[in-house]
Amino acid sequence: MSQDIPQSNKSFPTHPHASVVTGKEEPVTENAWSKLNAFTDARVGLGRSGISVPTKHLLAFQLAHAQAIDAVHTQLDSGALSKALLEQDWAKDWTKNCPPLMLHSRATDRATYLQRPDYGRRLDEESANKLDEHRASTTQDYDLAIVVVDGLSSLAIEQNTLPFLQALASHINDWKLTPICFVKQGRVAIGDDICERLNAKCVLVLIGERPGLSSPDSLGLYLTWGGKVGFTDAYRNCISNVRPAGLVYQEAARKAFYLLNEARTLKLSGVKLKDRSDDDLIMDTSKESKNFLIS
Amino acid sequence: MSKLHSSQRQHFQFSNIVGGRTFGFVDLAELMAKATPARSGDRLAGVAAESAEERVIAQMTLADVPLSLFLEQALVPYEADEITRLILDDHDKTAFSLISHLTVGGFRDWLLSDLATSDVLTKIRPGVTPEMAAAVSKIMRNQDLILVAKKCHVKTAFRNTIGLPGHLSTRLQPNHPTDDLTGIAASMLDGLLYANGDAVIGINPATDNVQQATRLIKMMDEVIQHYEIPTQSCVLTHVTNTIECIEQGAPVDLVFQSIGGTQATNDSFGFNLANLAEAQDAALSLNRGTVGNNVMYFETGQGSALSANANHGLDQQTCEARAYAVARKFNPLLVNTVVGFIGPEYLYDGKEITRAGLEDHFCGKLLGLPMGCDVCYTNHAEADQNDMDNLLTLLGVAGCTFVMGIPGSDDIMLNYQTTSFHDALYARKVLGLKPSPEFDLWLAKMEIFKNNEQFTLNHQLPDAFHKSLNRMIGGRS
Repeated sequence: MSQDIPQSNKSFPTHPHASVVTGKEEPVTENAWSKLNAFTDARVGLGRSGISVPTKHLLAFQLAHAQAIDAVHTQLDSGALSKALLEQDWAKDWTKNCPPLMLHSRATDRATYLQRPDYGRRLDEESANKLDEHRASTTQDYDLAIVVVDGLSSLAIEQNTLPFLQALASHINDWKLTPICFVKQGRVAIGDDICERLNAKCVLVLIGERPGLSSPDSLGLYLTWGGKVGFTDAYRNCISNVRPAGLVYQEAARKAFYLLNEARTLKLSGVKLKDRSDDDLIMDTSKESKNFLIS
Repeated sequence: MSKLHSSQRQHFQFSNIVGGRTFGFVDLAELMAKATPARSGDRLAGVAAESAEERVIAQMTLADVPLSLFLEQALVPYEADEITRLILDDHDKTAFSLISHLTVGGFRDWLLSDLATSDVLTKIRPGVTPEMAAAVSKIMRNQDLILVAKKCHVKTAFRNTIGLPGHLSTRLQPNHPTDDLTGIAASMLDGLLYANGDAVIGINPATDNVQQATRLIKMMDEVIQHYEIPTQSCVLTHVTNTIECIEQGAPVDLVFQSIGGTQATNDSFGFNLANLAEAQDAALSLNRGTVGNNVMYFETGQGSALSANANHGLDQQTCEARAYAVARKFNPLLVNTVVGFIGPEYLYDGKEITRAGLEDHFCGKLLGLPMGCDVCYTNHAEADQNDMDNLLTLLGVAGCTFVMGIPGSDDIMLNYQTTSFHDALYARKVLGLKPSPEFDLWLAKMEIFKNNEQFTLNHQLPDAFHKSLNRMIGGRS
């Protein structure tokens, strides 16, 4: 997917002479307040053709929607991603004993996946057997399973997985990892199925989040201590919106490591594990925004 | 699910022999579910008809069920569910007497006929239960849902009058991912200058607590007062938060709550009917309405009961209609079915979303609710702007009370697409639908509309907004 396609309305053309009133009828009426788009991502001040959205803004919207749809429906190329991972120096320790495992949920295709969340939470039979065989082949204790799941955005996985894992790698030198797992047509809870079968102490799921119109590439992180089939969201901690234009990799890795450490200390995760990784940051209230409509 | 081997003995309350084959339905709940037009949420719940044929046989069977049976057989047990108790205890036998002789199929004919005038439809309301409304909707085509809904007139008021025939209102929805006041104000200005916001200016807060809700309520109140806008504000926070806001002196216009059609659904939302009554009393005590006292704003949507594991084996549309019993108990200003927000697990594509939107609007109106619709979709649903254009147009024809209005259809906080400020003007223009009369006068006074009859906007920036805008972007505007 091309990198130079505008993904945010920040790149919409702005109109330095937006409020010009010509006196003669122009097909497009620009809005005097179009410059407000400097203060919000909302699509304000689009102007109008009659009472309708002008062509350029109509098409910019269609492009954003098309990218979001593609993010949902493009299949994750987990083979290529796995190959790229094997080439990384920082990942050598993770892959030297066993290459990544390629897994699939019980949802056979995307249409089924979208309508049957229950299928997306469980491994298909072949994948389950693969994990059981691996578990039987070694006596290794595992601290952590890293599970990479397509979820609702393969784009998020393709773009963010390696840079995030690289940022995380230096933090977790002393954690014994299971083979990295790549899952197609999976939901968050499939990590619990994997964690249980590999008998890992903890699972970290990287999953493509439901794409927004200006964020088709958002990665979510879900941590579960002692994940087991049937666990609800109450047992998970979530870090959302990991992407270059959102929560950047170093920050996401710092937060993830904080939660991993806390989970290991407390031997739990979820609602009882609070994210206090930002407690030492001082809020700058002087930057509190103002309501310009009345002041 | 219900495919039975002939050796299995099961008691069918309803059966129908067609072409030498017997189709059985164990109870009213199963009959209702199988008669429901196809949708993904009912398949996920395992209650949908197993074939197209079984669905129509169920519809034929349902058409022969007398309306009075719904008063005798509760779909969710009376003892276990306060909404069932609300439905049956509040049922008005006198109002029902006008239609008590009818079957579900006969009810459809009657609703479509000239016997069912707007006045008569108003009279029967307290005699119609949500289950009766849901049942008849299942055997109605889209045009039937539109035709009958258009005859149902529901008027409400707070600082303006909403729901008059020939009118369409809009909720201005200036959501922002960090509740940034500048960002919210920018979307509000955009909406007001596109003539939106007469139903309510309503914010879904990104940070959901009492402090934040109070901050946003005050901010909107200041704008409404400053520009003397005949409209009302609402922060869509939990009902218990709003009660606290009122106790702390916040200028609350409307109380919001998401509601479902079973007690267990509402348990999962963390409220009960007593909480709503308390909140309504608290909001009424502020006496902030100028032309009316409808102080509640409810949101609903098919699939919420199943997603809370609280559907009692019912189909999602019947659960949805039962939520309207909750709504009508508290005389809301606005009820909004957020039809496409829940995602493709419940409504798969544009066709299912469209059908559900029309069903919800019809059932709400028949039961006497000021029914609006968030005409919307998520990016993982099989739907797009064209589907939204179609549903908006259909709902405009059906006399829908209000729709959402948001900059360029893109909700940057909730990450979904709903109708834009422009879309509302489109519906006005092609269908001749006016905003609330008090708001319409304000639009003329502020010189936002150049011509209120033609829905033509002024080319000039209205004077009253010059100063604010200059403060923000400076210079030439």
